[in-house]
Amino acid sequence: MATEYAFPDNAAKTDAAAQEFQTEKMSLAMGPSHPSTHGVLRLQLELDGEIVTHCDPILGYLHRGDEKIAENMTYNQFVPYTDRLDYLAPLANNVAYAIAVEKLANLKVPARCEAIRVICCELARISAHLLGLGAYGIDVGAWSVFLYSFEEREKLYKLFEELTGARFTTSYTRIGGVARDVPEGWNDRVGKFCDQFLPILEEILNLLTRNKIFTDRTQGVGIISREDAIGYGLTGPNLRGSGVAFDLRKDKPYSGYKQYEFDIPVGTTGDCYDRYLCRGEEMRQSVRIVRQVLKNFPSGAYYAEDAKKIFAPRKDKVLTSMEELINNFMITTEGPQMPAGEVYFEAENPKGALGFFIVSKGGGVPYRLKIRSPSFCNLSILPKVCQGALVSDVVSILGSLDFVMGECDR
Amino acid sequence: MTATADVTAALQAKFPAATPRPSGDHPALNLPIVEVVAALKYLRDEFAYDFLVDVTAIDNGVEATPRFTTVWHVYSTAGHGYVRIAADCASDENPVAPTVSHIWPTANWHERETYDLLGVKFEKHPDLRRILMWDGYPYHPLRKDFPLAGIQTPLPDLEVSELTGATVKPAPMAGGPFVASPGEMNMTDAEPRAKDESWNERREKPASE
Repeated sequence: MATEYAFPDNAAKTDAAAQEFQTEKMSLAMGPSHPSTHGVLRLQLELDGEIVTHCDPILGYLHRGDEKIAENMTYNQFVPYTDRLDYLAPLANNVAYAIAVEKLANLKVPARCEAIRVICCELARISAHLLGLGAYGIDVGAWSVFLYSFEEREKLYKLFEELTGARFTTSYTRIGGVARDVPEGWNDRVGKFCDQFLPILEEILNLLTRNKIFTDRTQGVGIISREDAIGYGLTGPNLRGSGVAFDLRKDKPYSGYKQYEFDIPVGTTGDCYDRYLCRGEEMRQSVRIVRQVLKNFPSGAYYAEDAKKIFAPRKDKVLTSMEELINNFMITTEGPQMPAGEVYFEAENPKGALGFFIVSKGGGVPYRLKIRSPSFCNLSILPKVCQGALVSDVVSILGSLDFVMGECDR
Repeated sequence: MTATADVTAALQAKFPAATPRPSGDHPALNLPIVEVVAALKYLRDEFAYDFLVDVTAIDNGVEATPRFTTVWHVYSTAGHGYVRIAADCASDENPVAPTVSHIWPTANWHERETYDLLGVKFEKHPDLRRILMWDGYPYHPLRKDFPLAGIQTPLPDLEVSELTGATVKPAPMAGGPFVASPGEMNMTDAEPRAKDESWNERREKPASE
């Protein structure tokens, strides 16, 4: 049953109530540390009883000045900072940033590197959506989902650790390639993970999809129309939940996404439930993509070999060859050398389109680096969606928007 | 599918003052700042660039004139292409740009952020408050004359600041890792802070400024 909260004559009703019961509007600060804000977001709510009449999100509690920092370090030095944007999918951020800078350098990376990056992105997407679902479940009162999804995330972390040396802050890409090749047997383990993951995913989704409590709290709640979704710059599952088939992996394919077959799930009503369904289906599609990559995993180099002034040479070469030694020294101290120019690149991250606008004046340091973060844009619709909702629905809406404050505040 | 050459040509025909802007990827145009809103509207209505991706600004340097350039990126969900529109702000001291938040509500927050970090004021913006820094913060941190370490300021809560004397302190750079500066090759000259070891976490910065 979809709950209907129709308050046609809201103002008149509240006026009458105010006169009769001498009530007045209440101001409530939800956050900055509230379980459902998933970080440090503060919602300054104005309430009329249980109904939100005004919502003002207050951001910036996690602002670290990443854009300023980027202007003061070389391109490779900034990679670890991208881990801390959407810290639930650091690999996807690494890849998006590396591709943006490579676009500036007009550099093409080999097929093997692209394939590794696609696997990284899709595994990161699965891991981010699993957390999103788990946390959303907790928000609306379904605890068990969290336990199942975190077990799967743990398996993914093991894979990430094997690949990058770190579970969480991976810093895996370099400009012109990735930090190291895939370890032996890693692809098989990824394949095995995919095989065992799909049945468990069904189990996880079954816990929610037909769960009466869950459907009651999500269906018909937080409806975002197609026009609003585009107007407010929503991207990712939040936009697709509103019925817009916008996916940069299909629309502007990068990193070899063109060769893989996958579908883009879209919602019909644009409510919280649709956004949840989109995330669930996206994980299945991610598995599909990963399997295709593994099937035709290209051989060859994992970095652009002709980019001698951009990708630091291998250690054994550095120790034996003079030219490589000099290159390694220059790349480490001065940064990978870039031409002057402006580029804007967006990648389809788990949360939406993560964009990097880079202004270069040449050399190893960006002159200006603007990060267009999907969570920032996705949150900007909150004042509109929360208007007229119940306080408990605000929790549901927040969970369904699935944002990360590290990325929102930068 | 809209061909990108068409868009730039059509825009230049409609707005004769538009000049091509050097770009590494997408079609880009420089426009006089007064024509930006009309141009973006034209892009949206005639060429289906329905998605405002990003609004930001560039500080071209303290000495540069014009100092601030505002940049808009629009995307077409039907044609799958981006267009970049850039416009120089007239005044270097009080840069002003027109708002597009009435066309795309997403611009509301992007413009607030640009105002917050770079100090570009958006005319007729419905609610031009700071968004990432706190209300009452006196600086615009992404400007080039704002030091990376930060500037000592009172806490967001002035009462607490007055009572305790606590302030927001500049970050000690401790010799790195910020070692380079755009376009300059000599790093010792380019980033003197990196070599300034006269102060750190334990020792206060000498009060010379």
